Amino acid sequence: MIIDSPLIQHPPGAAETALLRVENLVKRYADNTAVDGLSFAVREGTCFGLLGPNGAGKTTTIEIMEGILAPTSGSVLYRGAPLGERFRAEAGILFQKTALQDFLSVRQTLEMFRGLYDHGLPVAEVIRLCELEKLLDRDNRKLSGGQLQRLLLGVALVNDPAILFLDEPTTGLDPQARRRFWELVQSIKAQRKTVILTTHYMEEAQLLCDEIVIVDHGRIIASGEPHALLRQHFKAVLLEVPTADWTPAARELGLSFFEASGRVELTTNDLEGTLRSLMQSGISLAHLRIRPPNLEDLFLELTGKDLRA
Amino acid sequence: MSLLNRIRHSTGRLISVWHARNLEFVRDRSSLIFTIGMPFAIVVAMALIFGGPPRPLFKVGVLGTMPSAPEAYPFLKERYFQFVPQPDQASGIHFVSRSDLDLLLDLRQRPVRFWALEDSPKGYVAEKLLLQADPQAQHQPLAGSGSRYIDWLFPGILGMNMMFTCLMGAGYVVVRYRKNGFLKRLSATPVSAFEFLSAQVLSRLGLALLVSVILYSGVGTVIHFHNAGSNALLLLVAVLGCLSLIAFGLIIAARFASEELVGGMLNLLMWPMMLLSGIWFSLEGSPRWMQWLAQLLPLTHILQAARAVTLDGAGPAAIDMDLGYLAGTTLVFLGVGAFSFRWRAE
Repeated sequence: MIIDSPLIQHPPGAAETALLRVENLVKRYADNTAVDGLSFAVREGTCFGLLGPNGAGKTTTIEIMEGILAPTSGSVLYRGAPLGERFRAEAGILFQKTALQDFLSVRQTLEMFRGLYDHGLPVAEVIRLCELEKLLDRDNRKLSGGQLQRLLLGVALVNDPAILFLDEPTTGLDPQARRRFWELVQSIKAQRKTVILTTHYMEEAQLLCDEIVIVDHGRIIASGEPHALLRQHFKAVLLEVPTADWTPAARELGLSFFEASGRVELTTNDLEGTLRSLMQSGISLAHLRIRPPNLEDLFLELTGKDLRA
Repeated sequence: MSLLNRIRHSTGRLISVWHARNLEFVRDRSSLIFTIGMPFAIVVAMALIFGGPPRPLFKVGVLGTMPSAPEAYPFLKERYFQFVPQPDQASGIHFVSRSDLDLLLDLRQRPVRFWALEDSPKGYVAEKLLLQADPQAQHQPLAGSGSRYIDWLFPGILGMNMMFTCLMGAGYVVVRYRKNGFLKRLSATPVSAFEFLSAQVLSRLGLALLVSVILYSGVGTVIHFHNAGSNALLLLVAVLGCLSLIAFGLIIAARFASEELVGGMLNLLMWPMMLLSGIWFSLEGSPRWMQWLAQLLPLTHILQAARAVTLDGAGPAAIDMDLGYLAGTTLVFLGVGAFSFRWRAE
């Protein structure tokens, strides 16, 4: 499904508060079009999620938004002006992959980056925000994945940014480190900073994002507030039954279902009727789970359930 | 923002990158040991070659058969002389002209003929002693300078080491930064390519000067090197020379992300300088195109200026063209490097 909506629909007056506007963005390479006419606006003080499957064009898009990559056509406006000196001074960026200088400690790395900006937070404040107190003298190369991401977040915060880009910030982190990182981002959000997030974790996007766009093949396929999108796309509830309990008779019931990872997922608008049918077909409901649809369901609904190359 | 504020902030950014780069280098133990250890190894090698027990004061080449009994030619009995048989007249004269020999003696005919550098102190003394022993010996004309070859060579050795330190060090670091994505991260900050490259140049300059001072002091002491000019002026030559060479290397490192490629390209820069800049021998008498090409190379101007200072006692005015060339190329190289600079590996 392609939604030909040039911009996310915002309440009246939202356009005036847009901190960053992306207009008709196109990025072509020799053999493919990575970004194909994207337009959207990011409102000040919100967390904006840019979601999409692998190869959808979201990293290309975010790198153009960060001013790292030049678009083939289209523009990115920060506070109404093309990206320039002011943007670089006011933007904080956490890349998907970032290397730091070898042999420098956490404190020295933060001090080096702080030295690149005319204005910003005291290093001690960054250290406190990112909970780096116990790591200050540790060599960058000896940090765990979660610790390194906290340092990189600190690096992105040294200039007290008005807009913070987080490109897949929790990829590769264990669940504890991921949740700790989410808490840090929520504390940054609480300061009314604008956050732009790309992630593969829909749980992360649902927790942190006020607005999202989902892109695929370089185009927007859905955009809006997560709850509004869920209401728009799902009238039904989801039921999950272990595959082991899924009898042959149940396959003949004419229910809409999808099998994956040892479970069968059913979508229905008639919960009571579906439950009755399942019981009649001899399915055990002992391990049945009923849940509302979430962002991951929406993502799979829109981008398909086949594995991407 | 006022110009003064811009300069202050720009300087602050430059200092931040410079300081961090120095820390990175100092903590890279293997690199540090190699770079600092290298000049000491050269000092030791030079001490082994040129140090040791007292050597004969004079070296005299001999053409013709050495008499089995020294009484046949009394001069051969002189103490503190080393007599070295020479295969032919041409090679003997060549050795005299570059101060490898103090005197060349032709015993194949009577009266004996000899060649000596007219303005060489040792040649002069050796000649007097020869004429005292054999008043009939005939002086043959030979033009040339009176300096020792090592005095001529030493600035070349210093320059060569400077070239390696400057070209290889800064270039590879930038390529590594680009390859691992650190440059991409820096590109998202206000630091400019010129500020970044200048910080790299200044960081490497400190190291290259330290190494050069160690070499100059160590080897200079061992070989009794005498600087006929000003040490301060020689230091200025070294500073401008290092700046130019580092910036030269950064042009190559400005775009590429392959260490192998950059290594090859740096070699391409270094070999012409090794051969044409006058490290080992003078280009006097070589084709004009070769001399013209040599004048394009920063190392040529470093060595010309350094030798003018150390051998001739030249002042700033005498080497102003060389100094100007080095300062000018530094700015041009940095400008070209900044203009063609790529923050990310494509």
